[in-house]
Amino acid sequence: MRISCPCCGTRDRREFTYYGAADYLSRPAPDAAASAWDDYLHLRDNPAGETRDLWYHDPCGSWLVVTRDTVSHAVLGAEGLT
Amino acid sequence: MSHRIPGKGLIDRSRPLRFSFDGRRYEGFQGDTLASALLANGVRLVGRSFKYHRPRGVLTAGPEEPNALVEVLEGKQKTPNVRATVQELYNGLEAQSQNRWPNLRFDVMAVNDRFAPFLSAGFYYKTFMWPRGFWERVYEPAIRRAAGLGALSGLNDDGGYEKAHAFCDLLVIGAGPAGLMAALVAGRAGADVILADEDARMGGRLLADQPEVGGAPGPHWVADVLAELGALPNVHLMARTTVTGAYDGGTFGALERSGLHLADPGELPRECFWRIVAKRTILAAGALERPIAHPANDRPGVMMASAVQSYVARYGVDPGRVVVFGNNDRALQAARDLTAQGVRVVGYVDPRDDVSVLEEFPVYPGGQVVDTRGRLGLRDVAVRHAGGVSILTAETLALSGGWNPSLHLACHLGGRPEWDERIAAFVPRAGMVPGMSVAGAARGRFSTAACLADGRAVAGAVLTDLGLAVPDVALPGAEDRPYAIAPFWAVDAGGRAWLDFANDVTLKDVQQAAREGFSSVEHMKRYTTQGMAPDQGKSSNVAALAVLADATGQGIAATGTTTFRPPYSPVSIGAMGAGGRGMGFAPRRLMTSDSQTRAMGAPMIEAGLWYRPSYFPRAGETTWRQACDREVSMVRGAVGVCDVSTLGKIDVQGLDAARFLDFVYTNRMSSLKPGRVRYGLMLREDGHVMDDGTCARLAEDHFVITTTTAAAGPVMRHLDFVQQAFCSDWALRFTSVTEQWAQFALAGPKARDLLNKTLEAPVNANEFPFMSCGPARVLGVDGRIFRISFSGELGYEIAVPARFGAALFERLVREAEAMGGGAYGMEALNVLRLEKGFITHAEIHGRVTAFDIGMQGMVSAKKDCIGKAASQRAGLAGPEREQLVGLMPVDPQAELSAGAHLYNENDPATRVNNQGYVTSVGYSPTLKSWLALGFLKDGRARHGEIVRLDDGLRGRRVACRVVHPVFHDPQGEKLRD
Repeated sequence: MRISCPCCGTRDRREFTYYGAADYLSRPAPDAAASAWDDYLHLRDNPAGETRDLWYHDPCGSWLVVTRDTVSHAVLGAEGLT
Repeated sequence: MSHRIPGKGLIDRSRPLRFSFDGRRYEGFQGDTLASALLANGVRLVGRSFKYHRPRGVLTAGPEEPNALVEVLEGKQKTPNVRATVQELYNGLEAQSQNRWPNLRFDVMAVNDRFAPFLSAGFYYKTFMWPRGFWERVYEPAIRRAAGLGALSGLNDDGGYEKAHAFCDLLVIGAGPAGLMAALVAGRAGADVILADEDARMGGRLLADQPEVGGAPGPHWVADVLAELGALPNVHLMARTTVTGAYDGGTFGALERSGLHLADPGELPRECFWRIVAKRTILAAGALERPIAHPANDRPGVMMASAVQSYVARYGVDPGRVVVFGNNDRALQAARDLTAQGVRVVGYVDPRDDVSVLEEFPVYPGGQVVDTRGRLGLRDVAVRHAGGVSILTAETLALSGGWNPSLHLACHLGGRPEWDERIAAFVPRAGMVPGMSVAGAARGRFSTAACLADGRAVAGAVLTDLGLAVPDVALPGAEDRPYAIAPFWAVDAGGRAWLDFANDVTLKDVQQAAREGFSSVEHMKRYTTQGMAPDQGKSSNVAALAVLADATGQGIAATGTTTFRPPYSPVSIGAMGAGGRGMGFAPRRLMTSDSQTRAMGAPMIEAGLWYRPSYFPRAGETTWRQACDREVSMVRGAVGVCDVSTLGKIDVQGLDAARFLDFVYTNRMSSLKPGRVRYGLMLREDGHVMDDGTCARLAEDHFVITTTTAAAGPVMRHLDFVQQAFCSDWALRFTSVTEQWAQFALAGPKARDLLNKTLEAPVNANEFPFMSCGPARVLGVDGRIFRISFSGELGYEIAVPARFGAALFERLVREAEAMGGGAYGMEALNVLRLEKGFITHAEIHGRVTAFDIGMQGMVSAKKDCIGKAASQRAGLAGPEREQLVGLMPVDPQAELSAGAHLYNENDPATRVNNQGYVTSVGYSPTLKSWLALGFLKDGRARHGEIVRLDDGLRGRRVACRVVHPVFHDPQGEKLRD
């Protein structure tokens, strides 16, 4: 598996560390309901097909949202957070 | 006696090579494989079968070989299950047969063959069920001894292995006519091409069948093409390289047999495991011929027809009298080619009725081989035909049940091939592996002309796809014979007919599997072990599933294949793990004090990738405890020096640096004054403690924070995430400076005296109070000092640029020793922090909250921070939580165990009675007692209670008093001294 880092180009997946679903980007307000925090922290879809998740490119320190297909394993794209 | 045909073959007769097999000496030639050399010496019996120990000979001339697996010896080392058909001969090669005792010709375990009626499919499952306990202790060891293949030497494999990476525009897999043509077209187009072929010599079937190409013998055309490709700087030829697996993203694994063909490989590794990343791939792996299951078809001397051709044309081996048994036009052509080369074909047997009889050899249309004879080698062949049964005397029986395209790599990403009635074989579908095209025989184009044309056409399409101009390459003329086949898999004439030679699976086994309900191909495979041997059923799987399809009446297309998985052929673990042995397993991070530390005799322990001293032994000390106790007392009584550079250090700068730190720490850092340090706690977003450390404010917009050694990487990753995800527009930057600064802790009542010996401007207690930080000139170098302590004593840390670390450490240790102190290691550091109740990742192990460690007050109510919302949810605080406590044994000398569980004094040690557990233990020379930290249900309310520490593993039960976790100097007076 190879991921295109916007900083460094297409690199082997061994250079990346997986974190979790891109849902982690939608942090609720500090005073949001407990259910909102529960959704944010714990509830995830498990799609057969396209999914977006967070990967860290260790050499350059960039966090990326990687769009990939859980069925074909195809990496469809990667973009930085900023 | 030599079985060579004079003048024939691509072997170099000017270079004879000596070798031995089972202790007997033989001679072969450069260019031989072990198999061809054995056959040329008249050795037909080369092994015993897996289960029945039946005598077996060489079946193929390639990597698909199921029978001829041998052990290759190198001194005391041996490599088992080496395919004699792949192993190239070298001078002095020593090989021996395997799975036989006492010897190959007389094998005691061949008695299994007599019990064959009882050993059919599923025998083990049905027989060895009872009594239950017998499987592990009796049955399995006995079966393991009886069955099996080669044995390991039992020694470490010290052979050289390498790993390497390669990148290209186009990877061409297979250098037969299609692959060579494709590489030629792409090479001339200027593409970066890797051409990989598993054979030592490229050319594929052109070396074996030797058809004319462009008016010259096949090998000549191959030589011309290779010469041109070799001269192109953009083409990389990789012979002896088996592409073993296709993976996501155009990545392929490949095994190069770099030095296994040489008597003295010199600098070359034995094998190199390649990762090849290719923009496009052309699979031109050719096809493998499949046998026909007929009674007694496993006798030495029974061979694939294509293998007989290879041994004759490429290796000059005389097969003796040959019977060819085939169901397709290429089998008939093989008989003609062999005859043309002077081989005596004594019969061509073909189950088809309409086969040509106008040949130079006897033809048996509608014929079948119904039996063979010859105890350790084929003697004669029984042929049933329209005229009855004829016995043909022959040394070789050449089988051809048709050809299976080598589509394995195309199926490695889960794609299923489709059944092609025209050639009675599975062929790949388009797009099974993204970026891969299939050309030539690998997709069922079997004539030489078709392969050449397909290689050119497929390469052209790939080049267009890559945006390169397609050069005009002329197609050389070659044979374009049609390939007609009548599917024919097995002769059901009583007796055992072998499908999978390697795992001893017969026609009856597969039929029985179907009868007993194992009618799915995956179930049949597991029930019979069909295709599960080292050859993975390369030549036998299709016939087996055809037999299954026949037995179930489902048809082959509906039956389908089993799943193709990497590796295509066996890969030694040594090659896959190359570079990972010993120190190569993980990179080493060494402190600047490392060489002096080792010179002082300190045993090193691993802390992540770091190596840290366990303790510094002194004369007269015989145990680590003596050294540890002395070092602890040294710190409490004088001064100790410890390298703490392994702690993560992150430099944070910017106008919003303080705001950012407020967000990632539970407590407020923005209120910290420049020149001051504060202890900080970080949570994960789920409300549990992630890490702790210090935060030093060097200037209004400049902080240095520390992390624990273990969490340095994860914390950096976390900070990057928080910043990039939630506050990317804030004005700050941060970077790891762990490697840039060497940092040493000075601890003990004399710490300030020691510190001042290194400072140009000495500090005093009042002007540089506890939790101060600032720049300092240290022995002429710009450094930093921090008044912090992890020991509970008066403490400082000095940081200098890493290049001065070794010198500073040497100086500090020397000065400390003169003051009655010295260096201390991790054991003492651990006892010191334990006495003081300071936590480490033994305590903040990922399941504890700020409340659990008594730091709920550090979660600021006045601001948001990562983890704050979740830390306040129900269940993460309260009396039901296990809370940090100190434990002191009632008998101070009773040893405690980390990992032990805690129970109320008289409760049995059961799960429901569990009250908590112990995280850290140590012997305190200060308090003359064992101490522990642990977590106890509602622990803070239970100080003074007696609980039982129960270590079931060591049978240790110790009554302990629950106490406050800070054992030593609870008021912290020494820190402020």
